[in-house]
Amino acid sequence: MSSISLKYPPQPVVTAATTVQRPVKVAANLRRRLTERSIETLLLLAALVSVFTTLAIVAILVWESIVFFRTVPLLDFLTDTQWTPLFDDAHFGIIALLSGTLTTTLVALLVAIPFGTVLAIYLSEFAPFRVRELAKPFLEMLGGVPTIVYGYFALLFVTPLLQKIHPGLPGFNMLAAGLVMGIMIVPYVSSLSEDAMRAVPMNMREASYAMGATRLQTALFVVTPAALSGLASSYILGISRAVGETMVVAIAAGMQPNFTFNPAEPAATITAYIVQVALGDLPHGSIGYQTIFAAGLTLLLITLLFNIIGHLLRRRFREAY
Amino acid sequence: MSIANTLTAKPTAELKARANALNFYYGNFQALKNIDFPVEKNQVTALIGPSGCGKSTFLRCFNRMHDLYPNMRYEGEILLYPDGVNIVDRQVDPIEVRMRISMVFQKPNPFPKSIYENVAYGLRVRGVRNRSLIDEKVEEALRAAALWGEVKDRLGDLAFNLSGGQQQRLCIARALATDPEMLLFDEPTSALDPIATAKIEELVSELKERVTILIVTHNMQQAARVSAYTAFMYIGELIEFDDTKKIFTNPSSKLTEEYITGRFG
Amino acid sequence: MSPQSHPTTTNDAAVNEIRRLIARHKTWDGLFGLLGIVTLLSALLVFATLFGQMLVNGLPHLSWEFFTSFPSRRAASAGILSAWVGTVLVMLVTTLVAVPLGVGAGIYLEEYAARNLLTDIIEINVTNLAGVPSIIYGLLALGLFVYQFGLGQSIAAAGLTLALLILPVVIVATREAIRTIPQNIREGAYACGATKWQMVAHHIIPYSLPGIMTGVIIGLARAIGETAPIITIGALTFIAFLPPSPFGDAEHLLSFEWLLAPFTVMPIQMFNWISRPEEAFQANAAAAGLILVVMTLSMNAIAIWIRHHFRKKIKW
Repeated sequence: MSSISLKYPPQPVVTAATTVQRPVKVAANLRRRLTERSIETLLLLAALVSVFTTLAIVAILVWESIVFFRTVPLLDFLTDTQWTPLFDDAHFGIIALLSGTLTTTLVALLVAIPFGTVLAIYLSEFAPFRVRELAKPFLEMLGGVPTIVYGYFALLFVTPLLQKIHPGLPGFNMLAAGLVMGIMIVPYVSSLSEDAMRAVPMNMREASYAMGATRLQTALFVVTPAALSGLASSYILGISRAVGETMVVAIAAGMQPNFTFNPAEPAATITAYIVQVALGDLPHGSIGYQTIFAAGLTLLLITLLFNIIGHLLRRRFREAY
Repeated sequence: MSIANTLTAKPTAELKARANALNFYYGNFQALKNIDFPVEKNQVTALIGPSGCGKSTFLRCFNRMHDLYPNMRYEGEILLYPDGVNIVDRQVDPIEVRMRISMVFQKPNPFPKSIYENVAYGLRVRGVRNRSLIDEKVEEALRAAALWGEVKDRLGDLAFNLSGGQQQRLCIARALATDPEMLLFDEPTSALDPIATAKIEELVSELKERVTILIVTHNMQQAARVSAYTAFMYIGELIEFDDTKKIFTNPSSKLTEEYITGRFG
Repeated sequence: MSPQSHPTTTNDAAVNEIRRLIARHKTWDGLFGLLGIVTLLSALLVFATLFGQMLVNGLPHLSWEFFTSFPSRRAASAGILSAWVGTVLVMLVTTLVAVPLGVGAGIYLEEYAARNLLTDIIEINVTNLAGVPSIIYGLLALGLFVYQFGLGQSIAAAGLTLALLILPVVIVATREAIRTIPQNIREGAYACGATKWQMVAHHIIPYSLPGIMTGVIIGLARAIGETAPIITIGALTFIAFLPPSPFGDAEHLLSFEWLLAPFTVMPIQMFNWISRPEEAFQANAAAAGLILVVMTLSMNAIAIWIRHHFRKKIKW
C-alpha cells in the first residue's frame, strides 16, 4: 500500500518549556503509578482473605481430626451406633449424630419443598405485580429472623401445640425442630426457585399461551420443567442449610445423642453436639475437645457435597438460558 | 490499493497531531492498518466510513482508551505537537495523554452527580482545590458548551434530569473544563434527536477556535457540515484523506465515491 | 377442524366441548391461585403467631430496667445490659473488619482482577464460604482466634468470627452493585484523565454505595442474630459486668482493653434464658427475642428500602 503523501511537513518541535517540564512529569507519573500499584495490592489482599479463611477452616478441622483419629479408629467412627465421648465407656459412632441430622433435615424438607415450590410458582407465574412486590420483601425479612428465635418458637410454641395433639410427645423432639426448621427455610427455597422460574425466557411462556394453555398448565408443563435444574439446586441448597442449622435443633430436639430415625424422639444432631460440648468446660487438647472438630469436619464434608451439587445444577441451569 | 495523491501542500498550516504508520491489534486481529494521518490545529477533522471500518478504533487510539481492555497492541506512532511526544508509546502514561486529549462519547454518559460536579470532575482529578477557580472554569466550560443559560440556576441538580441533548452538551462541557488540547467526538449525535443534533453540530464548529477536534460520524452530511478535512476509512485502512469539499465533490478513490454516493455502507 | 368436513351441529358440539375444557382448566387455575394465596397467608400467619406470641409473653417484661439491669438469678430483675452492650461492641468490630475487607475484595474482583486461575479460585471460594454452616466458623474461631492467636473468649474473637461469616454477603453485594454501573461511566472518568483508583474512588464506590450498604446491613442483621459460632468459641453465658469503656482516661483518649474483655451478646442471653427450666425466665427470653426480631427486621427493612429507593433514583 502506498502511503498518502501529506501536505504537512513533520514538525519536530520541542520547545524549551516542554523540556523543562518533562522530569517533573516523570516524577509525578512514577508517584501515581506507585500509589496505584499499592492500592491494587491492598485490594488483592482483601480478596485473598476469603481464600485464607477456607484454608484455615480446612487446616484446623483436619489437624484436630487427625489427632482425634489417632485415638479413635475411622472404622469405629463410621460404624459404631453410640456417641458417648464424655462417658467412661466412650463410644465414637458418628451415626448416632447423623441419624438426628438426617431425621430433622427430612422433616424440614417435607415442609420446605412443597411450600417453597408452591410459593415460587405462585409468585413467579400467578401473583399480580402488587402482591409479588409486597410478598418478596416480606419473605426476605422472614428469612432474616435469627435462628435462635425460631428455636424459641419450636420449643415453647410448636412442641406444646404438638403435645396437645399427641400427649406422649417428649419436651425435646425432632418433629418440632424439623417443622420449624422447614418453615425457616421456606423463604430460602422459594426465593431461589422463583429466581430460577423467572429466568425462563418469556417466549417459552408465550408459545405455551399461544397454544391455549392456562397459567397453571404453562407453569406446570413449560416453566417448571424448563427450570427443573434450578429448582433442584434450590432444594439441594435448602438441604445444606438444614444440615448445618444449629440453634433450632440444639434448643428443640435436645442435645443427647440418640441413634433413632423416629421424629417423635429427642436426638442430637452433629451441630447440637458441638453446642453441647462448647457449653461445657472442656480443656483444650482433650479428646472431648477433638471430637467436635471431627464432627465439624463430617458436617463440612456433607454440606460441601450438597453445595457443590447445588451449584453445579445451578450453573447447568444458567447455561441453558 | 493505491491512493491517488491529490493533496496539495499547505505549508502555512500547523499540525496538532499526526499518526505515522499506525497499526492496532485486538489480539491477533489487526483493526488498523498502517495509517498515516494528519490533524491540523484548530480545525475539525472528520472520520467517516461504514460501521466496523475502524474509525472509532482509530479515534480511541488518540486518548489510549484501548488501554482499558486487555490483549491489544499499538504499533507505529501518533505524535502530539508541539512537543512531538508519541502518545501510543508504552512508556507514555495513558493518563497523561487523557489529560491532554479529552473525549465525548456516543451515548451521553454524565456521572450520577450534580451538573456542577460533572463539569468540575476533570479539575478535581487534577487536584484543583481552589473553589473560585473551579467555579470560574465550570461557568466558562458550560458557556462554551452553550449550556450555561439553561442550567445556571440549577447547577446542583442531578445531571440525569437533563434531556439527552443537554446531557451530551454537559459531557462536552466536562471535556472542555480542563482546557484539553484536542477533543475527540465518537458519533456524538447518534443518540440524539435532530434539534439536539443541530445544536451539537453548531457547537463543534464554534469550538474549533479553542480546541482541535477529531470527530467520528456515521452521518456524511454531518461530516460535510462541520469539518474542514475528512478521512474515509474502510476495513481498517485509511482510503482517502482530503479537504472535506474535495472528498464530497470529487473524491479520488472509487471506493470513497461509492460510499459517498450511498452504494454501500 | 375444518367446517366443510363437519356439519354445523357437530361444530357447535366441538366448540362447547372446548369451552367446557377451558372452564375446567380455568377452575384448576383458580384453585392453584387460591393455594398460592393460602400458602402466602399461612406464611404471614406463622410470622404473626411467632411475633404475637413473643409480644404477649415478652412485652410486659420490657421496661427501662430490662435494658439497664444485668442478668440475674431472679427472673424478674434480670436484664440485658451486658448483652446489648456486648452486641454493640461485637458488631463494631465486625463492621470495621468486614466492610473494608468485603468491599475491597468486591472491588478487586470486579475492577482489577485479571481472568486467571487466582481469580477463579477466589470466586469459587467466596461462593463456597457462603454455604459453610455458621457453626463451622465457630470451630475455626475456636482453633484459630481463641487458641492460636490467644484472643481468648473475647469481643475481638467474636467480632472477627462474625466478620468472616458475613464477608461473602458483603463481597457479593459489592460485586452486584458494581456490575450495574455501565462501562461508559468508567470511560467517561478515564477520558477526563482519572487514574484507575480515582475512577474507583470517585465513581465506582459512590455509585455502588446503596448496594454495598444494603449488603452490609443484611450481613450485620445476620451477624446480630448468630448464636452458634459465639457459643462455639465458648463465650460465657452469665456476664454481670460491662467490658472496660472504649473511652479511656485523660492520658489515653481511646482504650482498647474492651477488645479482649469477656462478653455476652443478645442471642446468647436469650439462649441462656430459654435453657432455664423455670418458666419465669421464658418471659425474659421472649422479651429478648422481641428485641432481636425488631432489630433484625428493621435492619432488613432499611436494607430493602435503600435498595428500592436508589434503584428508582438512578437509571443508567
